[in-house]
Amino acid sequence: MGEFPLLSLVIWMPIVGGLLVLATSQWPSLNPRPLALAVAVITFLASLFLYTGFDVSTAEMQFQEKASWVPAFNIYYQLGIDGISMPLIILTTFTSVLVILAGWEVIKERPAQYMASFLIMEGLMNGVFAALDAMLFYVFWEGMLIPMFLIIGIWGGPRRVYATIKFFLYTFLGSVFMLVALIYMYTQSGSFSILDFHVLKLGLTEQVLIFLAFLLAFAVKVPMWPVHTWLPDAHVEAPTGGSVILAAIMLKIGGYGFLRFSLPITPDASNELDWLIIFMSLTAVVYIGFVALVQQDMKKLIAYSSIAHMGFATLGFFLIFTIMDNHGGSSQGSVMAMEGGMVQMVSHGFISAAMFLCVGVLYDRMHSREIADYGGVANTMPVFAAFMMLFAMANAGLPGTSGFVGEFMVILASFKASFWIAFLAATTLILGAAYTLWMVKRVMFGEVANDSVAALQDVNGREIVILGSLVFMVLLFGLWPAPLVEVMQASIQNLVAHISVSKL
Amino acid sequence: MIVAPAEFMLILPEIFVLSMTCVILVLDLFISDRERAISYWLAQFTLVFAAIITMTTGSGQGELAFFGTYIADAMGSTLKVFIYLVTFLAFLYSRHYLVERKLFRGEYYVLGLFAMLGMMILVSAHSLLTVYLGLELLSLSLYAMVAFNRDSYPCSEAAMKYFVLGALASGMLLYGMSILYGLTGTLDIGLIADTLKGQEATAPLVFAATFIVVGLSFKLGAVPFHMWVPDVYQGAPTPVTLFIGSASKIAAFAMVMRLLVESLGALQSEWQGMLVALAVLSLAIGNVVAIAQTNLKRMLAYSTISHVGFLLLGILSGTGQGYAAAMFYIITYALMAAGAFGMIILLSRAGFEADEIDDFKGLNQRNSWFAFMMLILMFSMAGVPPTVGFYAKLSVLQAVVDIDMIWLAAVAVFFSVIGAYYYIRIIKVMYFDKAEDEQPLAPHFDLRFGLTANGLAILLLGLFPGGLMALCSQVIG
Repeated sequence: MGEFPLLSLVIWMPIVGGLLVLATSQWPSLNPRPLALAVAVITFLASLFLYTGFDVSTAEMQFQEKASWVPAFNIYYQLGIDGISMPLIILTTFTSVLVILAGWEVIKERPAQYMASFLIMEGLMNGVFAALDAMLFYVFWEGMLIPMFLIIGIWGGPRRVYATIKFFLYTFLGSVFMLVALIYMYTQSGSFSILDFHVLKLGLTEQVLIFLAFLLAFAVKVPMWPVHTWLPDAHVEAPTGGSVILAAIMLKIGGYGFLRFSLPITPDASNELDWLIIFMSLTAVVYIGFVALVQQDMKKLIAYSSIAHMGFATLGFFLIFTIMDNHGGSSQGSVMAMEGGMVQMVSHGFISAAMFLCVGVLYDRMHSREIADYGGVANTMPVFAAFMMLFAMANAGLPGTSGFVGEFMVILASFKASFWIAFLAATTLILGAAYTLWMVKRVMFGEVANDSVAALQDVNGREIVILGSLVFMVLLFGLWPAPLVEVMQASIQNLVAHISVSKL
Repeated sequence: MIVAPAEFMLILPEIFVLSMTCVILVLDLFISDRERAISYWLAQFTLVFAAIITMTTGSGQGELAFFGTYIADAMGSTLKVFIYLVTFLAFLYSRHYLVERKLFRGEYYVLGLFAMLGMMILVSAHSLLTVYLGLELLSLSLYAMVAFNRDSYPCSEAAMKYFVLGALASGMLLYGMSILYGLTGTLDIGLIADTLKGQEATAPLVFAATFIVVGLSFKLGAVPFHMWVPDVYQGAPTPVTLFIGSASKIAAFAMVMRLLVESLGALQSEWQGMLVALAVLSLAIGNVVAIAQTNLKRMLAYSTISHVGFLLLGILSGTGQGYAAAMFYIITYALMAAGAFGMIILLSRAGFEADEIDDFKGLNQRNSWFAFMMLILMFSMAGVPPTVGFYAKLSVLQAVVDIDMIWLAAVAVFFSVIGAYYYIRIIKVMYFDKAEDEQPLAPHFDLRFGLTANGLAILLLGLFPGGLMALCSQVIG
């Protein structure tokens, strides 16, 4: 597959397809949905070739493409993926298909613009994961805000305008300082290539400042406590598809940023400041877990649970320094910690998407997200209740589901770092189960609460396909995570080896 | 002293524009109102043909003419071509606006072309006196254009303010120039630079530079010399605002280049500090005050002020790369401003100016294509990729980081986040609010075509900024 520009195809096909879908809005008689679905499915199938053609034995960037773009600034259109970005791209293309399907009947107002926004978004997100040039990365990263801004603002709930402006300004504020950091590194290295940044020598002060600039950008995106406040608002107000993309992909972009930028470019600053990230991650796990417990709104609850779960991922990424210190530089445990974080990200992509889709199923019927409005849904929607129960279990980290694998790996690795970190991290097993299962209990079980619950129709074929495919993924990676771990092994080992060498 | 005939070839664009303007002026006397379109077409023809002349006769060498008072160089020709382009857009967008308001008179084009001639002279000036000549021709024509709708009270008020403050600024500038002349004994920009080279920055020199900076800041609209900008932008007829907000900014950039960079380049370390203060203030006041505006023209006026802050960042860096970045910035800004004011014209009709932000409510329902164009323009002004506004900011920031003023870059991006708020508010009203005015838009073909091209150009330049960037660095040298 060496010559064929597969990555460009995966990036540009949804964007061009999205523009075509947008153009159909000029003829109101045309139904934009089949076209949008076709584009999403073909993109997904194309992205599978990234998996089949992937060489797991090397940490080198694969499927590379390079062309001059802005010569005045030495900016290249440079793409390539390794074991860290490849699973995330497939996650993106997979989720996008579900999102298009999820909006099939619900979105009646301007469906062409809706579908087009998601497709363009998909292309931009693939671009973020595939870009090897920092400026190209930044263009995709910021460009992503535009469709998301519109998705929340046009098709969102009652407080959508507040939520979307908050979302936009928060993420914009985070990323502009990253821009300054990137420009600074360009003036130092004369290149915008991320791989050149990886080997750029930087002093400790410079590293710390760059690290903080990155932290601001990625922490907002992940989001980490205490810059997480945009997420519950955005999630609650976004349409189901928007919430799914936010939770499943956009949060991962923050985590990906840590792996691609913060850790390899500023290893010494990461080492110096890892306590900060560990503290922020543990706060997310414990404190946000408690916050999730008291939510009245289902989407808000899942949003907070997302923050807690992403805390696990960032915890895994930044445990490595402590582990290496404790074990005399051995990378065994650190690789596991980082892999655990990655598995957690991918698995959370499936589970949070599934949870939001479940809430979407209920919301489409009842137009309420309040837990108190439900009760006894299992009596009228038995099939749906089975699905939701499974995803709730996965969210709580039940062994056999993908949610368990990542959490287990991170907790196991954190024992090598410190007992107390492991102890605090492990509270998620209790908290996660508590807030998720309690919500399910209140919504699903008991007597039928009111007439509108009694009138509920069970899931239709389209919804079964969406949820069923997610069940498949959650169980697949729960029972047999080897393919996922195998793909990222070489890249993560290489990353850990790179980080353990000081740049000073 | 004899002027060689070849020197007339260098100012062929100016000669052509001047003659054509006179032709239009006279011809317009003899045609009836129904045939007024002839003046319009002649004016547009003048612009196109002037562009052809400039592009074919332009030399990259920097040739002097008329005893060193005029310079024909690559930067000048490039800026001129963009001035023609933006003026072309201004005339294009304003035609139906003027017709609908019974303002469609030949004087509009005559004044516009005279103003443009002033810009051309300014761009090619190589003597303090030529600078002043061009500036006054430009300013006097603009004063008259602002007052073009003479029966309108806000127009007259705006014109009066513009005139008084503009005259004050010219006075400041002239005062600075006269001191500089006294100190160096010459008006020739090249000779001034030679005299100052290696000289210490004495107090009188800094005094002169200060007055020149103040005069320039008035013209650019940098804080704290920005008071006229919002009133004039709001009061003037929208097509005139468009013209002032776009084309004349390019000329103002050229004036800064000629006066500060080329003649006072030796004092760079002196005026750098002044520009830092002006830039930071402009970014802060422009962006913060814009948030409070409900009138779109006034908001865009404050947005201009903040963009001037960015422009100054490029200039104060004092490097060739910084000047190129500033040039890239101003050209792209002029295109964005032309588009944004064009959108106001598009929405307006006789008796309804559409210059309140609320007038854009629900534009996506009324006409999704032009809502999309406005979306591109607003995101570009906010500096969000993949629009060209992002590269403009990127190149300017890079110039600032390059001279190790990272704090300044951080301040600039911080205020640009504040600025993003009021741009996305426009998008908010267009996309998220319900339309109050259900009347469908039926813009004329040329307006539709022009705005579409304008909007798409912003997007395309954002996807492929390399060419224009290379052009800017090449002509700055």
